[in-house]
Amino acid sequence: MSDSVRRVVSVIVYNESSTLSRITDLFSARGYNIVSLTVAPIPESKYSRLTIVTSGSSRVIEQIIKQLHKLIPVLKVYEHEDLVEKEMTLIKFPISENISDIDTLCQAYNGKIVNAGPDMVIAMVADEPKRIDHFLEASKRFHPKEIVRSGAVALER
Amino acid sequence: MQISGAQMVIEAMIAEEVTVVFGYPGGAIMNVYDEIYKQDSFKHILTRHEQAAVHAAEGYAQRTGKVGVAMITSGPGFTNGVTGLADAYMDSIPIVVISGQVPMSLIGTDAFQEIDAVGISRSCTKHNYLVTDAADLPRVLKEAFHIARTGRPGPVHIDIPKDVTAQIAEYDYSAPVELETYKPTMKGNARQIKKAVDAIAASKRPLFYLGGGIISSEAAYDVREFAESCGIPAVETFRARGTMGADNPLLISMLGMHGSYAANMAMSETDLVIGLGARFDDRVTGKLSEFAKGADVIHVDIDPASISKLVNADYPIVGDIKTVLEVMMPLAKEKVDKEKYVPWLETIENFDRLHPLSYREDTDNIKPQWVIERVGQLLGDDANITTDVGQHQMWTAQFYPFSRPRQWNSSGGLGTMGYGFPAAMGVKSADPERVSINITGDGSILMNIQELMTAVEQKLPVINIILNNNYLGMVRQWQTLFYDKRHSETDLSVQPDFVMLSQSFGGVGYRVKTKEEFDAALKDAIEKNVVAIIDVAVERMENVMPMVPSGGSLFNMMLEYKEK
Repeated sequence: MSDSVRRVVSVIVYNESSTLSRITDLFSARGYNIVSLTVAPIPESKYSRLTIVTSGSSRVIEQIIKQLHKLIPVLKVYEHEDLVEKEMTLIKFPISENISDIDTLCQAYNGKIVNAGPDMVIAMVADEPKRIDHFLEASKRFHPKEIVRSGAVALER
Repeated sequence: MQISGAQMVIEAMIAEEVTVVFGYPGGAIMNVYDEIYKQDSFKHILTRHEQAAVHAAEGYAQRTGKVGVAMITSGPGFTNGVTGLADAYMDSIPIVVISGQVPMSLIGTDAFQEIDAVGISRSCTKHNYLVTDAADLPRVLKEAFHIARTGRPGPVHIDIPKDVTAQIAEYDYSAPVELETYKPTMKGNARQIKKAVDAIAASKRPLFYLGGGIISSEAAYDVREFAESCGIPAVETFRARGTMGADNPLLISMLGMHGSYAANMAMSETDLVIGLGARFDDRVTGKLSEFAKGADVIHVDIDPASISKLVNADYPIVGDIKTVLEVMMPLAKEKVDKEKYVPWLETIENFDRLHPLSYREDTDNIKPQWVIERVGQLLGDDANITTDVGQHQMWTAQFYPFSRPRQWNSSGGLGTMGYGFPAAMGVKSADPERVSINITGDGSILMNIQELMTAVEQKLPVINIILNNNYLGMVRQWQTLFYDKRHSETDLSVQPDFVMLSQSFGGVGYRVKTKEEFDAALKDAIEKNVVAIIDVAVERMENVMPMVPSGGSLFNMMLEYKEK
């Protein structure tokens, strides 16, 4: 879609076993995109918070928000305009690579080496999703063995 | 009090004032059926297929406005009922379906008659529950009825494992429903309502676009008063038939794919659409970019997701129609000058004179439209009408003189063949005084024909009128129009003897070839007061006209097509 925009939506849901599948079912049934999805309980409450990164035309985004709201266990849906957005990535490098160069690169992206073993090091980086993309691009020359991304979390400013 | 999960189900039915439950027992729901055996607070109607049980509950709900209830067992019992859940979901019908499930210890083991029921029903219910502890049952049952009937109504499914129905727990139904996450908006935004009334007062060619939400909201008579007090014409959707009453001069007709020329032209010429409880379905709008092109849109609906989903609303009002009209109508009465719309009404009359909804009596065979008109003449308000799906359904929507809300009951959104007969049984159980007519086709009737047995046993004298053209007529019509007359698998020349079929179950049957025979058969069927099939041989090649071809514009109608 030409007018497709990336949007971050936070959904506060009642914490019960079927809720996550209700939400993912809704996205697949209505043909909406999920770019990333994270979920965790909200401390000291009976609710969980989902952060969904999605994309679509403004009309589709409006429908996504309304349809999410229609689900019975959904308390609130926020479409973020002005937000702080972060994502974390863990990345495994062979020990044979230049560790101090890797560490320097990680530091440039709010990260560091968090674990080392006999044949590998694991680095952690937490930054904006776009910056994570850049970091992963830049880290290619250190021949990463494995990469995991957490998906974005966001808070309205 | 301490009672079993199965007893809780019964107690909840009593507390919800349920008078009839449709269902079919089986292994996983036997504990509940054992309690049904012991009680006499409500009637249980044993259908002969689970799909029919759910449709009958829909019919009951549609006629009464109350929540219909069906009970079915796990596995195939549940999957048979899914079509009913989906049907109720598409047409916003309040029902609660309770299904048995294998015991908790067997869930996930591919046990006998196990299926992930809530996984299947999730996308075709308003909400669903898998109850894992009998202590939750009172709350779940109460929430289910509450969710089904409030807001935009819909089906709620409760799946209960067999050991949970046996489990003893505390039962207290008195606690009010507390759903922090579910609070439907009833009152419309006052400023938005005022702006909408100003738009009505400023418009030259306003048009009410009436949808099924009006029936759900019990607002049909308010809508009539609104239209009459402001002198504004109205078109009805398929699901809203009966809102205005057929003899109301402000009612144009149904709009959409098989709507009248005048209704569709009015929608194309209006400068202000006043949409009430309608959802701008593709069968109504035709090509979206051409729909009501020059018009602003007021859209009142209890479901915010329906507003601006397909057609952008200039005046969106989220709320219950009846509640919104209580504010809107007095304002409109004050501000709207009825006289202003007289030329607009004349324009619409001209449209109707130019191409009225009609058919030609140009063969010796009975025309299907005549049958519907004739039932209307003979029974009118005294009959409740259901239909199956196909040509007969569209002709009924076009030609039956519906006089009141909830007289009409047909599968609109899902288009479920086999809906009509069990739904008509549900209607009859709710309104035994009136004649319950199911207008059906020779294709549809066979999709729930086993219900002849239920109707005989339970003394639900539904009259099934088959408009028999030996075709899957609507598909054949499309094949003729859009597939160069390649009538692929739509010829139903091989048929049962419907008269003997009905008789073999203990009902009555009539084969009708002339108008006189039809009158006599209908009269006799009403007198006999048992389930009946009136098999009417109608003109084989008749098509439903006028027609907006799929994806076409409303103003570009096919008015007539003679097929040989």
